[in-house]
This record gives sequence, C-alpha cells and structure tokens, in this order.
Amino acid sequence: MTTLASPPAVPKTARRMRRRSRWTGWGFVGPFMAVFALVFLAPIAYSLWLSLFQTQLVGGTSFVGLDNYARALSDPQFWAGVGRVTLFLLVQVPVMLGISLLVALALDSGRLYGRDFFRLTIFLPYAVPGVVAALMWGFMYGERFGLVGNFNDLLGTNIPDPLASTLVLPAIGNIVTWEFVGYNMLIFYSALRVVPTSLYEAAEIDGAGPWRVISAIKLPAIRGALVIATIFSIIGSFQLFNEPSILQPLSPNYISTHYTPNLYAYSLSFSGQQYNYSATVAIIMGVLTMLVAYVVQLRGMRKEA
Amino acid sequence: MTIRHHRAVGAVAAAGALALALTACGSGSDGPSAAEDVTPEDVAAALEEGGDLLVWAWEPTLDKVVEEFEAEYPNVDVELANVGTGNDHYVALQNAIGAGSGVPDVAQMEYYALPQFSIAGSLADLAPFGASELDGTYSPGTWNAVTDGDAVYGLPMDSGPMALFYNAKTFEEAGVEVPATWDEFVEAARAIHEHDPNTYITADNGDAGFATSMIWQAGGHPFEVDGTDVTVNLADEGSTKFAETWQQLIDEGLLADVPGWSDEWFQGLGSGEIAALVTGAWMPANLESGAAPAAGDWRVAPMPQWTAGANETAENGGSSLAITEASEKKALAYGFLEYANAGDGVATRLEGGNFPATLADLTDEEFLAEEPEYFGGQKINEVLSASATGVVEGWQYLPYQVYANSVFPDTVGQAYTGSTPLTDALGAWQESIVSYGDEQGFTVSE
Amino acid sequence: MSNVLMTAPTVRARSSRPRLRVRRTSHARPTRSVLLTVLTALIGVYALIPLVWLLINATKTQPDLFSSFGLWFSGDFALWDNIVGVLTYDGGVFGRWFLNTLLYVVLGAGGATLLALLGGYGLAKFDFPGKRAVFAVVIGAVAVPGTALAVPTFLMFANMGLTNTPWSVIIPSLISPFGLYLMWTFATDAVPDEIIEAARIDGAGEARTFFQVCLPMMAPGIVTVLLFTVVATWNNYFLPLIMLRDPDWYPLTLGLNAWNAQATTAGGEAIFNLVIAGSLLTILPLVVAFLLLQRYWQSGLAAGSVKE
Repeated sequence: MTTLASPPAVPKTARRMRRRSRWTGWGFVGPFMAVFALVFLAPIAYSLWLSLFQTQLVGGTSFVGLDNYARALSDPQFWAGVGRVTLFLLVQVPVMLGISLLVALALDSGRLYGRDFFRLTIFLPYAVPGVVAALMWGFMYGERFGLVGNFNDLLGTNIPDPLASTLVLPAIGNIVTWEFVGYNMLIFYSALRVVPTSLYEAAEIDGAGPWRVISAIKLPAIRGALVIATIFSIIGSFQLFNEPSILQPLSPNYISTHYTPNLYAYSLSFSGQQYNYSATVAIIMGVLTMLVAYVVQLRGMRKEA
Repeated sequence: MTIRHHRAVGAVAAAGALALALTACGSGSDGPSAAEDVTPEDVAAALEEGGDLLVWAWEPTLDKVVEEFEAEYPNVDVELANVGTGNDHYVALQNAIGAGSGVPDVAQMEYYALPQFSIAGSLADLAPFGASELDGTYSPGTWNAVTDGDAVYGLPMDSGPMALFYNAKTFEEAGVEVPATWDEFVEAARAIHEHDPNTYITADNGDAGFATSMIWQAGGHPFEVDGTDVTVNLADEGSTKFAETWQQLIDEGLLADVPGWSDEWFQGLGSGEIAALVTGAWMPANLESGAAPAAGDWRVAPMPQWTAGANETAENGGSSLAITEASEKKALAYGFLEYANAGDGVATRLEGGNFPATLADLTDEEFLAEEPEYFGGQKINEVLSASATGVVEGWQYLPYQVYANSVFPDTVGQAYTGSTPLTDALGAWQESIVSYGDEQGFTVSE
Repeated sequence: MSNVLMTAPTVRARSSRPRLRVRRTSHARPTRSVLLTVLTALIGVYALIPLVWLLINATKTQPDLFSSFGLWFSGDFALWDNIVGVLTYDGGVFGRWFLNTLLYVVLGAGGATLLALLGGYGLAKFDFPGKRAVFAVVIGAVAVPGTALAVPTFLMFANMGLTNTPWSVIIPSLISPFGLYLMWTFATDAVPDEIIEAARIDGAGEARTFFQVCLPMMAPGIVTVLLFTVVATWNNYFLPLIMLRDPDWYPLTLGLNAWNAQATTAGGEAIFNLVIAGSLLTILPLVVAFLLLQRYWQSGLAAGSVKE
C-alpha cells in the first residue's frame, strides 16, 4: 500500500536533515496519528475482533472463527450491493469528475463572465446538510405533488417517478453529483491555479491554441489532483450511504436495507443487532475498496511515466 | 408515539460486545426487582425523598407533565431528554444499555417495540411496585401490550384504536358512501379514483405497522411468542384476508404510492387527493397541524369491518413508559410513571392532544362530547372510543419486531411495486423473520 | 458519498512543482466568451435550483407549504415570521444549537486543520521511521466504511466516559485524512527546504522554524483545509446522532432533524416551515464563511506563490 498515495517524493534535502534527529518528524505527525489511532484504528481493530464472534439475542456470544467471512462471501445480498455500487462508480464518478473538470477549466480560462459568482454557486450544494438535502430532493422528485409532478402537469410530459425501480440509482447519482461537483471543481481549480506561468508563456510563444494548452499543459499538471480525486471518489462510491439512506423513507420499496454494502452494514448493526456480521461486511468492503484504489493508483501513475 | 420513522432503517443498535442474553423470559417472576415487593408507601417515600430522574421520551405532552410533577414533588428533579423519535431513540437506548452507562431511568416504548426490550431483560418488571393493580385501568389492547404473564413492563401512555378518517368533501364530490366494510372500501376506492384519476382513497406503499394492524383486525395471529419459542404464520386466515383484499387495490392502482409522513403525503391529505386514512386515534392532532388546508372537511367513521355490523378493530401505534432494569431509582421512577400515566399527568396529556389509554377517560362524558372544528364539529371521540372497545384480543408482536419491520419494505414492499403477489411477499417476510429468529437463538416454528 | 467518521471525503492534490510563480493575471487576459458563460451557467442553475426552492419555501407558512407550487412564491410572505419562529421556538433552543455547532466547528475543524497542518509538514519535510506506512495506513483505514464502525466507536467512547459530551463529537472531527494529504503536498511545494535549512543554521529550533518561518507560507493551504473541515463539521450528522443524547448538546443538523421528525409524532406539531427556514439559517453562515475565506484563500494563494 505504500505506493497508494504518492505525494511528492522525499528528496535529498530530507536525507540531509535526518542527521539532526531521526524522530523529529514524529513530533509533527504524532498528534495526528494519536487521534487517528483512537478514532479509526482502534474501532477497526475492535471490529476485526468482533468479526470472529457471533452474538445471539438468546444464547450469548460464541467464537466462530472465520464463519462470518464465509457467510459474507456467499451472501447474495452483500454481493448485489457490491455490484450496484460498482455500476454506480463506473457511471457517476466519471460524469461528476468530468463536469467538475470542465467547470474548473472554464473558470481557469479567464473567459467567463462572473467567474467568482459561478465558483460560489457551484460549490454551494456541498454546504447543504443532508437533512436539508433530503427535504429538498424529496420535493424535487415528487411525482404526484412534487416538481416532477408539476412538470408533467404543466407540459403534459410523462416523466416517470424518479424514485421508482430503475431510476432510483440515477436519482441517487444525481444527488451525489449535485453535492460534489462543486467540491471537486474547487480541488481541480485550485490545482490549476498554481500551474507555473512559465509553462503558459512557453506555450504562447509556440502559438498553441487553448485546447492544446489544456491537453498538453493543464491536464498533465493536475494529474496528481485527478488521481487523488478519483481515488477518494471511489472510496466515496463504495461507501455510498447518506443519499440512499436519505431517500429510503421516500422510496422504501426500491431502496432495500441492503441496497449498498454500507447501508447493509448499517442495517445489520442498527436494526438487526448483528454487529459481528456487520463488522465483517465492513472489513471486506474496506479490503475491496483498498484493492480498487490501489489499482487506480497504479494505472494513474503509470500513465504519468 | 411515533407512527412511522423517518430514519430509514429499523432500530435498535447492536449492544456491542455485551450479549443480551435472555435472563428471565416469560413469567418475570424471578427478576431481581421482584425479590421483595415494594409498597405504595415506599414509592411515596421515594417521591418525598426526591432525587434526579432521567427520562427519555419524545412525546411532546410530557414537557408539561414533568413541569407539574416537579411542582408537586419539589425534591424530584426530572430531566426529560428527547434523544430521537422512534428508531433513533431505540438505537440510543440499546447503545446505552450495551455500554452500561448513561441508561435512562424511564424510557418511552412503543407497544410494538416493548417485547424486544423486555425479553432481553432490559426493562424492569413493574408488578412488584403494584402495577398489577392497574389492571382494568387501561384499555384491554394496551394493557395486553405491556404485560407478559404476570409481569408488567410498562404503563400505557396513549393508544391508537383504529378508525376511518375521511375527507367528506372528496367523498361527496365523488358521490361515494362512506364504506362500512372492506368490500365497500374497495368499491369506494374504485369509484373515487374513477371520478378523479388524481384522487385515491388512501395512500399506502407498504407500512409494517399498518399491515400488522390490518392482520390483527382480521383476526390473524401471525406471531405467537412463548418465552423464546416463536411461531410465525403469515399465511393464516387473518393475513390472507388482508392480503386478498389489499391485492385488489394494488392491482387496480387504487392506492396512492406516497410514503406516509412525506411532504407529498401531507400535501395529498391537505388537498383532498388522499381521501381517507385507516389509522390510529392519535391522528386528529396530526391532521390539524399537517393538513390544515382541509380544515372542516375531515370526518371520522368506524374502521371498515370484515363482517358487516361487527365492531372489531385493532391498535395502531401508541406507546408506554417503561423503567429500565439498569435504573437505580426504580421506586422513584415508578412514582413518576404512575403520576404521568395513571395519575394527574393523564389529564394534562389529554389536553395536549393525546388519545387516552385509560378507560375512565375513554368513557368520560366531557371527552366524548368534544366537537373539534377541524372535523366540522363532529363528536369524533365517540367514534374513536368505540373503536377502543372493539380491539381484537390476543395479538402478540415478535420479540424482535423492530427488526422485522425494518425488512418489511425489502419483502412485503415488493408487492406494492407489483413485482410479486402480496401473499408471496408475506411469505418472503416470514422467511426473513424465521431465519433471523433462528440466527438469534430463538426457537422458531412456522 | 459519505463517510461518517471521516470529515472530508474527497480530495484535492497539487502537482508537485518545485516553485510557484505569480499567476499570469497581469498580462494576456483572454477575451470573455458568452457561450462558455452560458454553458457554465447551466451547471450553476443545476446547483442552485434546490437552493432556490429552499429560499422560496422559507417564505411560506405551514399551510401554504403544502398547497402551493414549490418553485414560486405563494400566499403570505412569511419569511420574517418563520425566522422569528425558528429563533423563539421551544424556548429559543435553535440559538443553543447554533452555539453548539459553532463550538464543534471551532474546536473540531480548527483542531483538524491544525493536526493536518502539523502532520503534513512533518511528512513533507522530515524523514522518520515508519513514514512510508503513515499515509498507507490512513488511506487504508479510510476505506473501511465508517457507519459499521459507529457502534464499536460508541462503546469505546462510552467506556472512556466521553459519550454525551461535546468531546464525543469534537475528537472524531479532528481527523481529516484529505486535509493531511493536502497539507503534505502543499508543504512540499510551498516551503522551500533552503529556508528551513537557513533557519536552522541561524539556530532556530524546529518549533520556531515551523511557526515563524513556515506557517505563513502555508496560509493558503491552511485556508483551503479549513474550508473543507468547517463544512464537514458544520454538517456532521451521523456521529452526533450516535454520541449525543442530550438535546442541549445537539448541533443544528440534529436539532433540525428532531424538528422534522416531530411531525411524525402523535400530537406533534408539524413545523416544516420552521424546519425549512431553520435550514436556510443553517446554510447562511457557511455561505458567508465561504465568501470570506474565499477572498483570503485567493490572496493567500497568490501571496504564497510570490514567496520564493
């Protein structure tokens, strides 16, 4: 996993500093890692331990070894959820990052009227709390009395209920996109802002057009941002939880308790008291996520080479 | 009392590493609190002596009850905390019990959730405090819900005998009579929808509480519980009656596919496009505040019957107050319970819009004579009280009903999308219930 | 996309250029394009429609809310009444929630930014045993779904006596893996090694070097991380839901949800108008904060790049 994140390599200067004290660095990283250990590592370790047991309402706790893992690996509800988030990942992440990138490039081009206004408005959805988003989207998606319904009445169109069957996943994808386009846009935009001017000057001299500048200078320059945004988006997709859980009361028959793996783990733990199995599902999902993120990282870096 | 929860998933969090091994099941005759009976004098003494009491409840009318209680017993300091409605509340409670710290002395318990906590040994048996003597104080449906054999696990706070709430204007416009039987209900559903395709007799996209109440009214006993022995049969006569009738409404598209308590739902109730609701007697207050535009249009009629002329009903929703086994101030807590649910607190709550569980109030002249304007001056409490007397006896919830209800949409909900018949969907629900019960160590038979 | 225990789910990174230079703003300003503006405006409209809904509906009374078209004004203009209602309902508890949220944001997001800053700097400028493992461990841990860790975390915190205290919300908010990554890359770029060396040669200690020399150079990065952690903490919902039981400690999100749930309670008064107006009031401070931070962030960015 060490190559996973490849922030800038630590060059020779660091080596020079090592002489001073091998451990000084920990003085800076230590506080973060201490809290991190408390709120991330300890619960994970606890979950690993939990995943080896089974607790029953009647009968108490017993050691079951890897039974929970065996069960998860052959659990169709779990794998259906994994399939669903994979599909989601393949469609939603490219769309979202694509829009984010385009907007970031547009903002960065300096060819927009009202650049600051757009930067603010597009980022705004990220600031909306989930509870509020649920209210808003519940209204927007309402087929009978909501906006979709109003739309259909007004224009005589026949937009189907976004919260019915096949459209639920796109409906969720839409909310996620809405929330995070601005967020990713800002990441790309700030990466673009620090591309060294000298590169543009060189391009100008070469007479390169705007598209050439984008493909030859801008995109390679922000590759690091793109890769990391992709990795975190993958993690986000695999952990998809908030949006389906928000929409669930509005579409209970289409968003099942095992709609996504994370929702499944949540339901197992919070409505079924099956926290041993829930911990197992979470750990397997964690491993899967890491594997995918790792592959993306490798590919992203290879292209760079 | 929650009717339905907004948080998606059913409740009750894991109890952590602590096994909620069943301690005393069923009779409750050997719980620690039963070792010696507590006399009313002990309770009075505890109230006199005072102390702090932590109460977790979301029932809004309790605010005032607590205020008055503290005025009456100045040495008692009640901290009333709303830790969430329904599911969130149970999650918090289960977490606190699992962690063994921060457990409240008193917790609100919906009737359907009570067995889950009582069978796990999390609730104190109130019989030794003299709760058994309150038998006869409450409507049979609610008393049955809080007792298990000789043990009493809570005192009923309110009740939800079911009735037919309907928008008289919509019915008139459609020229439809108010249905008295379920067959008539189906007929009325057709007529109303035919008259105006945007109007539906009711909204239902699958609701565990509603479905179980319907089965209850139809005389079904899908869940039978004796200690850790559980029998599940969602294909019994009552369940089938419900399924067959409701299937017609689903097939013909006569139900508004609007989830309860959503803003669309309130809109429909306000606009008259959802013409009726078959639900618990607590509904008036919610209609008044949530469906204000339809003021004056709504009326209440008896719940439609399976046999013409009968008075058979069921409870829907409603909750009690219970004392946790972990409480160290059970006598004091019982003093509060008695005040709130059997004493002066009852009147205060009724004023605040609660529907009573106490028989005396259900038959109170003044209560019955109330003529709320929202319902066009109809004496609705007469209808609702009559429903309370008709609640079919012998109903039981599962000792893990909260979980079962959480997977209801996964299984029975599929019938509402038209992908499977309701009877099959009930079978799928039964399958989930059975396998979960087995997994949790219950002895489940079908 | 979500992760409950982690504060900032997505990421940005910066290309690893050794030097940043003043941006090209001074010369060769490109001509503005109407077409491009219109296309971007489409995305802007997409982002704004739900917010416009919120704004419009915050002006409606409870009955109007359910009987009028959602995207236009209707009935009495009740915005002011609703705001007063929000601020006074239930003994003005909204104000208390607001202060709680502020507390969580100041300590949580502030602390998260500080820890990320220190950690990022340490990773960028020092070589130490276990360094290569640090980020791998962080990313690996982030990949485990947080919702499933909620119960173990709760039990641990309960054993430490932290549940139902502000600390149970603040401590987990202190970790922002994305913030760490951002500060790492930023410190690498923005703080030249030569300057650190020079400070050391002058005899400054590591702490002094960091606070007096390097900190100012990292200001733009700090503001960016702060922006993300503030938003994440402000909107934190799941964690407080698990950890807090006393409404007096609720943040705004939990409080609004409690109000929203109130309508589903028998005898509970439906106060959707207050929920919506309250939501608007909840978002406003973030918008203001963003506007203020944005200005600083912009100038800070430039300032950071001038220094060489």
